[in-house]
Amino acid sequence: MKRTAHLFILALLSTHTACAQEPARRQRTSAATSSADPSQAARMQTLEQQMRTLADEVALLREQLNELRDAKSSARPSDDRILLASEHLAPGVLPVATPAPAAVSAAPPPTPQLVQTQQFGGASSNAKLLNPDISMIGDFIGTVGRNNVSPSRSLELHESEVGLQAIIDPYARADVFLSFGETGVNVEEGYVTFTSLPAGLLLKVGKMRASFGKVNTIHNHALPFIDRPLVTNNLVGGEDGIDDAGFSLSRILPAPRDWFLEVTGQVFRGDSSNVFQASRRQDVSVVGHLRGYKDLSESTNLDLGISYARGHNDIGSAFLTNLYSADATVRWRPLRRAIYNSFLFRNEFFWSARDQLSPFSFLETQHAFGMYSSAEYRLNRRWTVGGRFDRTGHATNAHLTDSGLSAILTYWPSEFSQIRGQYRYGHLAVAPNDFSNANEFLFQFLFVMGAHGAHPF
Amino acid sequence: MPHTKICNTIATSQLPARLSAIAAAFALLCTLVFPAAAHADTKLRIITATTDLASLAQEVGGDKVDVESIARGYQDPHFVEAKPSFLLKLRKADLLIVVGLELEIGWLPPLITQSGNPKIQVSAPGYLDASRFARILEIPTGQVTRAEGDVHPLGNPHYWLDPENGLRIAKGIEDKLNEMRPGDSTYFAERYASFEQRLKQADERWEADMKPYAGRKIVTYHRSWPNFAEHFHLNVIGYVEPRPGIPPTPQHTVELIAQMKRENVKIVVVEPYFDLKTPNSIARATGGLVVVLMPSVGGEKEITDYFKLFDYDIAKLKQAFDAVH
Repeated sequence: MKRTAHLFILALLSTHTACAQEPARRQRTSAATSSADPSQAARMQTLEQQMRTLADEVALLREQLNELRDAKSSARPSDDRILLASEHLAPGVLPVATPAPAAVSAAPPPTPQLVQTQQFGGASSNAKLLNPDISMIGDFIGTVGRNNVSPSRSLELHESEVGLQAIIDPYARADVFLSFGETGVNVEEGYVTFTSLPAGLLLKVGKMRASFGKVNTIHNHALPFIDRPLVTNNLVGGEDGIDDAGFSLSRILPAPRDWFLEVTGQVFRGDSSNVFQASRRQDVSVVGHLRGYKDLSESTNLDLGISYARGHNDIGSAFLTNLYSADATVRWRPLRRAIYNSFLFRNEFFWSARDQLSPFSFLETQHAFGMYSSAEYRLNRRWTVGGRFDRTGHATNAHLTDSGLSAILTYWPSEFSQIRGQYRYGHLAVAPNDFSNANEFLFQFLFVMGAHGAHPF
Repeated sequence: MPHTKICNTIATSQLPARLSAIAAAFALLCTLVFPAAAHADTKLRIITATTDLASLAQEVGGDKVDVESIARGYQDPHFVEAKPSFLLKLRKADLLIVVGLELEIGWLPPLITQSGNPKIQVSAPGYLDASRFARILEIPTGQVTRAEGDVHPLGNPHYWLDPENGLRIAKGIEDKLNEMRPGDSTYFAERYASFEQRLKQADERWEADMKPYAGRKIVTYHRSWPNFAEHFHLNVIGYVEPRPGIPPTPQHTVELIAQMKRENVKIVVVEPYFDLKTPNSIARATGGLVVVLMPSVGGEKEITDYFKLFDYDIAKLKQAFDAVH
């Protein structure tokens, strides 16, 4: 019963609309056939007049709507809004008083994704809310070739680094980087930085990469090479380097002639890879760093540093390792062509003095030296070439010296992904006067998602 | 070296003594409060992210302020390097004015943190985000992904290229300066009133200059010009970049040339920090012209302030429009 009633109503409605359409159709045809009729022309004119007034009203209403929207989002009194002589019109709309229908049809925005809206203030607060900035960097590495001394896997998702960064309160911010490797999870860094201390002091508390030289402070994905220099592996703790829990205090020092001088002092628990090991609570390690920087010109600058680290090593509490380093970097990047061309030349030198047991004289100190020298040149927006020379002794046996040469080619599809290839030759010592040659080709795919992190300098 | 000496003395002393020494030093540092040097007669030190904001701050602040910009006018403001030399300026700043909308996300956050200057930390009284005052365009709606390139989820950050926004920002700066130096508020109010009057006059001139070209279609390299195009009634129909921040690709260039021919577009606007190779080939293929417009004060030597920026760009555009027709 109900169903038939519905059907009946539907039928009624459809006939009604059909009837309504009928006169309109008739009108249109008659207008087209007998346009010469004077009474019709007059009617057309009045209709046009009506259309125009209607269009004017629509424009007025739209303006009012915009004003309301402005007032709502700005939350400021309307007299505070400053307006110059011009009116706001969508791009492409002529300011001349053309017939309104044309203006209406020209209104759609140029692209569907980016709607021409307007907003005053408050944008950042509602976009991010209070979540930290989250980013994830995937680092996929493949290796082919021969290396009998320290072979790496053929293919691996070497690291997935999750970054969580946020401002904690008016006095501090925090940065946490979790590194998911093939073998497990590691807090690569996790520290709070107190930014509002007196006397220009900057305090970091947590786990962090120590300010020991340059390469030790750089995360894997930000390196200009796929691997780390041989000297890092031999003298400064390998891939993780000196990365430990503790305090870091730094301050910019006054310096003449526009030099930037910064001193950093750090105290750590004393556990960092195979460099330092704390067997007692007191076995803390310390790191000191002095950095000098100067702009030689607008596009060229010089970056120098000396560092010192001291801690107890894996033999025992009585055995110390002292590390010294010096680094020098020259950068060139013309400001007008910053995204196309740049050049960087970096040298780092390391000295290691490690106490250890000796078969001959019970206790000995091994003095090993290592260095690397690297250069990179950005050819254009997408391509960068680079090279690196390595030479380093072994921390436990200074008579064993490894050397290496690398050539690196990097391609950037965008700012958020990177494809890199590296040819690596190694002349690696296995015993005094016994070397093994390594010839390898490494390739890497890096991808970044989430928050746009700052570019390391 | 002083720091190595300190480290050595710490390291070689007795262990418990070392720890207590560290604790004592730490406590000392935490309790040390240096007297805040707030002399009313000294100039307010303002650092801005870009030269345009510096020019606006100078207009309002006059000789009561010292203004310096981090980025240069001919530099891509997305890709400024976080050089330590900027820290020397930031650590002494009383006020930091930023463009916001994530324009400086690649370089400014670490500088602010490392400056160790509590006054200019994000949301501190000495941190001013100019985008709060401006009319923002191209705020993406719906899903935002980087398939769209380096999109700015908060809207297009090149908003200073609309004189109305310039005025709004100047007003915001005036309010901030009043708050920081209430004693000079009449001075700032006079400066602002004068700026407003001059800008209104200048805008009438610019509008008149651009009126014959209203509704004309142009192509730009990057999405730097929506506010400019809106104010001066230009119609940006395409971009040399296939997506924001993605370098030109052959396929996109071919499509763009076809579109320009179809719609009879002759002008390719390029920012001074982009390569001219692709724009030039587009201009050759369409019989058009490449115009290098300056998005910022200081892009050319003669562009010394906010007024000259529009003078320069409008003169260049007029010249180009006249040349292609």
